[in-house]
Amino acid sequence: MSLLIRNGFVYDPLNGVKGERMDIAIEEGKIADRVNEKKAKVIDASGMVVMPGGVDIHTHIAGAEVNAGRLLRPEDHIRDVEPKTTITRSGVGHSIPSTFTTGYRYARMGYTMICNPSMPPLEARHTHEELEDTPIVDKATFPLLGDWWFALEYLRDGMIKECATHVAWMILATKGYAIKIVNPGGVEAWGFGRNVRDLDDPVPNFGVTPREIIRGLCRVNQILNMPHTIHVHTNRLGQPGNYLTTIETMKTVEDLAKGDDPVIHITHCQFSAFKGDDWRTMRSGAEEIAKYVNYHSHVTLDMGQVAFTDTTTMTADGPWQYTLYELSGNKWINHDVETETGAGIVPFRYRRKSYVHATMWSIGLELALLVKDPWKMYLTTDHPNGAPFTTYPQIITWLVSNKAREKMLRRINRKAKKRSLLPSIDREYSLEEIAIVTRAGQAKALGLKNKGHLGVGADADVAIYGLDPRKTDASADYRTVRRAFEKTAYTIKGGKIVAKDDAIVKSVDGRTFWTDLTVPSCLGTSPCPEVLQDLRKRFREYWTVEFENYFIPERFLKASAPISVKPEM
Amino acid sequence: MVILSLRYPLKIPVYAECVSPDVFAGRSMKEISALKLWEGNKQRLLSDLFNIQDGDVDNPVKTTIQLQGDLRKVRMIGAKMSMGKIIIEGDIGMHLGAMMKGGEILVKGNVDSWLGCMMEGGRIEVTGSAADYVGAPYRGSTDGMKNGTIAIHGNAGNEVGCYMRGGLIRVDENVGEFAGVHMRDGTILVQGDCEGRAGAGMIDGKVIICGYVPSIPPTFTIDDIRPNVKIDGEKVTGPFYRFTGDSAENGKGRLFVSKNTNTHLSFYERYL
Repeated sequence: MSLLIRNGFVYDPLNGVKGERMDIAIEEGKIADRVNEKKAKVIDASGMVVMPGGVDIHTHIAGAEVNAGRLLRPEDHIRDVEPKTTITRSGVGHSIPSTFTTGYRYARMGYTMICNPSMPPLEARHTHEELEDTPIVDKATFPLLGDWWFALEYLRDGMIKECATHVAWMILATKGYAIKIVNPGGVEAWGFGRNVRDLDDPVPNFGVTPREIIRGLCRVNQILNMPHTIHVHTNRLGQPGNYLTTIETMKTVEDLAKGDDPVIHITHCQFSAFKGDDWRTMRSGAEEIAKYVNYHSHVTLDMGQVAFTDTTTMTADGPWQYTLYELSGNKWINHDVETETGAGIVPFRYRRKSYVHATMWSIGLELALLVKDPWKMYLTTDHPNGAPFTTYPQIITWLVSNKAREKMLRRINRKAKKRSLLPSIDREYSLEEIAIVTRAGQAKALGLKNKGHLGVGADADVAIYGLDPRKTDASADYRTVRRAFEKTAYTIKGGKIVAKDDAIVKSVDGRTFWTDLTVPSCLGTSPCPEVLQDLRKRFREYWTVEFENYFIPERFLKASAPISVKPEM
Repeated sequence: MVILSLRYPLKIPVYAECVSPDVFAGRSMKEISALKLWEGNKQRLLSDLFNIQDGDVDNPVKTTIQLQGDLRKVRMIGAKMSMGKIIIEGDIGMHLGAMMKGGEILVKGNVDSWLGCMMEGGRIEVTGSAADYVGAPYRGSTDGMKNGTIAIHGNAGNEVGCYMRGGLIRVDENVGEFAGVHMRDGTILVQGDCEGRAGAGMIDGKVIICGYVPSIPPTFTIDDIRPNVKIDGEKVTGPFYRFTGDSAENGKGRLFVSKNTNTHLSFYERYL
């Protein structure tokens, strides 16, 4: 079927289109140069904003950890129930929606590509099964490799090449997309009731430092030629004074950058931008981080914005989750994934009147507004850690409107308001910048060539919002902006209209992207003999799963979308 | 008064959140008949299930509801109600008066589990017995009953006042295990016996047991013998052993246990 989107105000930053009135043609699930107007279905988008489908670089939506969170929180489900319709399945959940509801809600907001950023390799099968049940949106998932025993040992011994071979095998075995590093070394240390203090604090029993892990995996990432950079959740996340660690983390890979291409992505940066010595003196370190990022091109960030709501925090960072449990006194789950990683889950409510929570809210926005280049800074909430992804439209209003920020500032903790940098910042995002931070920039950072833009040949993922940029002054009329971004007028996925006026009209299957590393001798299920021997031996010694059962074959994925990459081995 | 009498015996559960004075008030009889509820997975009209009579034609504001018939499968009656009165002639199903904010419910029979769960105000009186989780929160939540009164003239099941945060629960006869488990505040008065583990995990509030208890949880310490206990100005005569706990939760809740009916606990007096 061919489609023609007429007369919309198109925002396509990757192709330099800034709100110009034009038509978008779609043929066979791709953006086309032109279509036969007589045969095509015409969508009248006059007075509407047309953007590429949204891309979310960091959102916990599937896997063992997310599912454990669902089990932990029946009270989260009762509050938010979606009945079934003739097209959609029923579902529940405010902060951790069930898989189908996740897909529908993203599609209704105009998102068509989402990345599940923390997958314990051992739970990869489970993760992929849940991703398959997340309809409409395309998916990718990042295996956690920063605390994996193999990686730690090889990096300690400086054996980068061997490490790269093993990482390549793991990416292929788990059908992962990028290398995720969570609290490098700290999660492993947590297995022994400890954490790492800074980048040069050696990991107990391994003797490797977080700095060596980050640098090593960054090199591995370059050797393997991965489409995305390393995706790093920094050490000391959530501890006052951690902004120095964050800057140090960015500095440590500075020399590995080649040209202007980024080599590291610091995720949910808000949680890593605290100044101060304890919770009472905690302040924003956003200015220092933004300053560093503004002068360096090897870093990309995402916000990890907090919104004031009841949510569920979940990360592989066990020690941090333990701190959260101690702070909140809530029920919690702690989990150790054999030789690979760990996890923790704590339900959490961000309160406006809490000094710390209000400061965190401010830090996220300060980062987004102080980092000058929107191509380096993406909108996320680290769903569901900062807030559920359904708060994105609200966060967009804080970015586009000073007035909306001021309104919230009046309602938050007074001390936090006094110390906030927000009143001194006048910057308001334009719609073009919103398009960058919600789709184009994220697609570029992920290395997805056919996502995040509307050039000829791109995937026909389009979001049409009922917002007239000529009539609406986003700054003053931020409520209209919010309403528009909450529900698209049309969401088009792969050339099919999937959502219309906040209702799902067609449920399609999304694809799963993974990095298909064409390593000559170490390809797929049969790695080179030395690696194979090593893996077999370790599997017998350390894992509860047999080596033969570990590897996920491509046929396991319902809609596989491999991205072929040639490593520089 | 609106009188609802069940038309046919129910085999599967009915969720009747709409049967509440807040919903009925200001609606004509026709509109009331057309209210929607779920019987299993089928949506029905209120008039499909009930014979609806207007007991007070002159009064256009329908704030009193009477229910008749075998209602043991009917759940969520009086959910979120804030005023008016519901009278139930006979037994009734689960979640009666859930999240109730005000008004009154009178049951002339027995009640199933989750009576007054997450209640915030008002009064519920039951002439018969209640099953488990009286005044408890929804599964997984820690926000139990916040305010109001639940009076049960018969027995009550396990976990009475689970995660209770305020208000009063009175049980005239016996209760099951874990009365006042995880309690944060409020009062539970049991005139009869408790099967055991009263007050486990409580942080604050009062549990008073006038009958027999097999034992006191080991994380409670005795601190006094009181001649009587006051509840809302009313005096319950003892004497009572007073325990504080649960120390496993750093709690300072008070557990009163009758001295005369629990002679096997007299060894605690040594620690006074």
